[in-house]
Amino acid sequence: MTQINVRVDGESYTDDVEPRTLLVHYLREQLGKVGTVVGCDTSNCGACTVHLDGQAVKSCTVLAVQADGSQVTTIEGIAGEGIGGTLHPVQRAFHEMHGLQCGFCTPGMIMASIDLLKENPDPSETEVREGIEGNLCRCTGYQNIVRAVQQAAAEMRGAAPGDPDTSPAAVDTAAAEHVVAQS
Amino acid sequence: MTAVEDPAAPDTPVQMAPAKEVGQARRRKEDARLITGETQWTDNIVLPGMLHMAMLRSPVAHARITHLDVSAAKDRPNVVAVYTGADFAEEQGSLPCAWPVTPDMVNPGHPSIAVDQVNHVGEAVAVVVARTRTAAADALEAIDVDYEPLPVVLDMEQAVQAGSPLVHDSISSNTSYHFVFDAGEAGTGADTDQAFADAEVTVSRRFVQQRLIPAFMEPRSVVVQPTRDNYTMWSATQIPHVLRVMAAMVTGIPEHKLRVIAPDVGGGFGGKLQVNPEEILALLVARRLGRPVKWTETRGESLMAAHHGRDQVQFIDVAADREGNVKGLRCRILADMGAYLRLITPGVPVLGAFMFPGIYKFPAYRFECDGVFTNKVPTDAYRGAGRPEATFAIERIMDELAAELGMDPLELRRKNWIGAEEFPFTTVAGLEYDSGDYAQATEQALELIGYDELRAEQQRRRESNDPVQLGIGFSTFTEMCGLAPSRVLGSLAYGAGGWESASIRMLPTGKVEVVTGSTPHGQGHETAWSQLVADQLGVPFEDVEVLHGDTAISSRGMDTYGSRSLVVGGTAVVKAAEKVVQKARAIAAHLLEASEDDLEFTGGKFSVKGTPGTGIGIQEVALAVFAAHDYPEGIEPTIDAEATYDPVNFSFPHGTHICAMEVDTETGFVKIRKYASVDDVGTIVNPLIVEGQMHGGLAQGIAQALYEEAIYDADGNLTTGSFVDYLLPSAADLPHFDTGNTVHPAPGNPIGAKGVGEAGCIASTPAVVNAALDAVRHLGVTDIRMPLTPERVWRAMHQGGDGGDRAAATSNAQGVTSSEAATASVTEGDQQ
Ligand code: FES
Ligand code: FES
Repeated sequence: MTQINVRVDGESYTDDVEPRTLLVHYLREQLGKVGTVVGCDTSNCGACTVHLDGQAVKSCTVLAVQADGSQVTTIEGIAGEGIGGTLHPVQRAFHEMHGLQCGFCTPGMIMASIDLLKENPDPSETEVREGIEGNLCRCTGYQNIVRAVQQAAAEMRGAAPGDPDTSPAAVDTAAAEHVVAQS
Repeated sequence: MTAVEDPAAPDTPVQMAPAKEVGQARRRKEDARLITGETQWTDNIVLPGMLHMAMLRSPVAHARITHLDVSAAKDRPNVVAVYTGADFAEEQGSLPCAWPVTPDMVNPGHPSIAVDQVNHVGEAVAVVVARTRTAAADALEAIDVDYEPLPVVLDMEQAVQAGSPLVHDSISSNTSYHFVFDAGEAGTGADTDQAFADAEVTVSRRFVQQRLIPAFMEPRSVVVQPTRDNYTMWSATQIPHVLRVMAAMVTGIPEHKLRVIAPDVGGGFGGKLQVNPEEILALLVARRLGRPVKWTETRGESLMAAHHGRDQVQFIDVAADREGNVKGLRCRILADMGAYLRLITPGVPVLGAFMFPGIYKFPAYRFECDGVFTNKVPTDAYRGAGRPEATFAIERIMDELAAELGMDPLELRRKNWIGAEEFPFTTVAGLEYDSGDYAQATEQALELIGYDELRAEQQRRRESNDPVQLGIGFSTFTEMCGLAPSRVLGSLAYGAGGWESASIRMLPTGKVEVVTGSTPHGQGHETAWSQLVADQLGVPFEDVEVLHGDTAISSRGMDTYGSRSLVVGGTAVVKAAEKVVQKARAIAAHLLEASEDDLEFTGGKFSVKGTPGTGIGIQEVALAVFAAHDYPEGIEPTIDAEATYDPVNFSFPHGTHICAMEVDTETGFVKIRKYASVDDVGTIVNPLIVEGQMHGGLAQGIAQALYEEAIYDADGNLTTGSFVDYLLPSAADLPHFDTGNTVHPAPGNPIGAKGVGEAGCIASTPAVVNAALDAVRHLGVTDIRMPLTPERVWRAMHQGGDGGDRAAATSNAQGVTSSEAATASVTEGDQQ
């Protein structure tokens, strides 16, 4: 067992983990952060995508011990707090554009999309398609996911004009006032 | 098989309220929890004292188990128990097969865990139960098994030959059944052999429907909690109701002591329309130990051991005259059952048997199918189940006939399809097609894709001998949805009915609970059913809550598959709503001191005719019957209602799909340039959801044409056992879809809906293959085996034939594939 200190969705945790424990299993089984899911065992599907120190990672390819001293953001940490808390613009766009059906890929898709928009705030359809290529969805045929990402991009650009280096956290705050709680 | 006329006609036609919500692109209610990670997947469930199961699976395709020692595994830390097939041999029974398609169908039985012989790679041979998931998985390596190999049967065409090794030596051949539908014998058409004898032109082809894997994104998962003699099972299933009945019958647990819950379910596509060996084992283990158990599969297990789909060899003959009038259709099918018969394994080809004639007026038709055992995981339902296979065969052979006749493929279709004025039309297979207009859908699709420009470009590329050739492929299809009229199912020996049930509970505050027996896993029932009920009861959309997927809440249900939910389940909801209004009318009349006949019900309010503005709302009536201080003599103080709807006919969505495809004649690389589809799914309740269903279906149908194939090596190992090798398309692998609709309401149900879940998947595959062939037919290519890998396309162009078998999954790479991309992103970005 190895002791790790991590901040996950803004809360600090100190835990003993087996050295072989994957970050995704630590999140799900030790912290109860079950919003992040496992869809494969070969790091192909992206369902487990979270942000590690602001970068999208497949949490099934990261050991929990590698996250020691880091900040982890999951799908559960990007909206405002509480029931009715403001949604992240990407969450909202997935809802508006019908970018999900069963929703199993959705946490990973949203986390990957936020990362993509950080790199490229105004992606073309092709750039979105290539940007989320590491995340598989079996339900939607991707078209509405692409639409959602582009719509979120437009909204986020509106919220933080001319700031290509906007971090997801900054975008969260900047966009929050434009986002109403989902009915 | 014809639609059964209902002699008693118990159903007075239901009146639909004026559409206010129906037809709106309402954003989905279910999204709220799914986009915030507050979803309840089965694997999220943790119970006090819960144990974890892990399966040891056979690494060999066909063998006797000569030695099996689990003692070392039992000694591993945190292991609670280890069981083998011998431990459950007496009580495990056989997994159910609900569809004996012929009276003499052979079913060898299907143990949940192998006892002394394994018949496919991935079959469970032992199960470890431990305090943690990792402890269970770790202990698997301590189990010692010896296998005595038996000859492996993989190829269907060889398996049906006399003298072939047998999958099951308890039965005398590898053929499970021989199913025949002959229109001449059924009285629905002319003599097929005569039609071929008289024909001026015949074309024969052998098509291969490769084996596919449903590959829902949420791996299967099950949790069982025993509390003395009661059991609660949570499962990632499409069919909690069917599962409950079947599991009760298999295990002997009385049905009323078993509750099955499908919480949020992450996709199914037919792949979770199953009574799984692992679900039964979880029940058996929980019963043996008296403790809660959980099992969640790995993706590797899922690809290897959850049922597969498709896998047919089709011998198709078409007869016509020289003007292009079709005269007869003959189909001989070999359908790979795999090693066992699961829930509807044998029935899948039969679901397609009546659809091979497609939208064309064949005077003669004969279908025969052999269900064949092989040493592979069983096949069963996968999106479309039987109908994609049929649609592929007819839409491909129509193109081949057109080529033979030197006719334009679209002209040949126009000449033979059912005219809009001919509906309802009884086909040569005995089905009564309900409504539609094939010409209208085709015209719209041609416009949507910009057909004339594409043909002009094709011509230019052809003339300039461009290395990249362009092809245009059609699929003008129909499908049979709304499964299903119970009497028709009975006539086909299916083991259950096809009705659906719904109930509506009016709460004291006027809020509405709708309980549906149809079980969604991504389809958006909560939203669409709310729209239906909002209109029917005149209550706000937000006031409706839809409950589903729990046998304790929705006691009756037939669940979700076969594009049935809205057509059958939605109709049950509408009928239940009508009963609520009827009951409420009596109360309202009493409270308003008026005669029921003098009341009108509009916008959720009862008022005396001619005095609008006065009256009482249905939500107020709900409170009045809750208080029950003042209601008429002789009736019960409730306006809740329940309805069960059994359809009288199938519904028949149709559409025209057009694919424009670039083929690089130097590399064999194919790329979809444009894809357009115009579908008639009847009345559209929610255009957003309908469009989403179309997109998802298109992705899966295109993926069959271009990317996906489950491949077994010569020893029966699945070589496409991970997402590295089984190529699910990523966003970058799929084109933009241009979709449209025509609307011819289904006359068979009050909503007018025809079903949309499978349409895209059924229609698209042949359009894509026809497009590729249209690009290279002038080079002498007449067929290319799916999926159209560059290697196969290149071989078909340069070596003739259909491109042949793929030896291994490694030849699957096509451009930047999802698996390559994912692997690359892992090495570049994710290993930190
Ligand atoms: S679970 Fe991490 S990529 Fe599939
Ligand atoms: S919404 Fe089901 S996998 Fe993407």
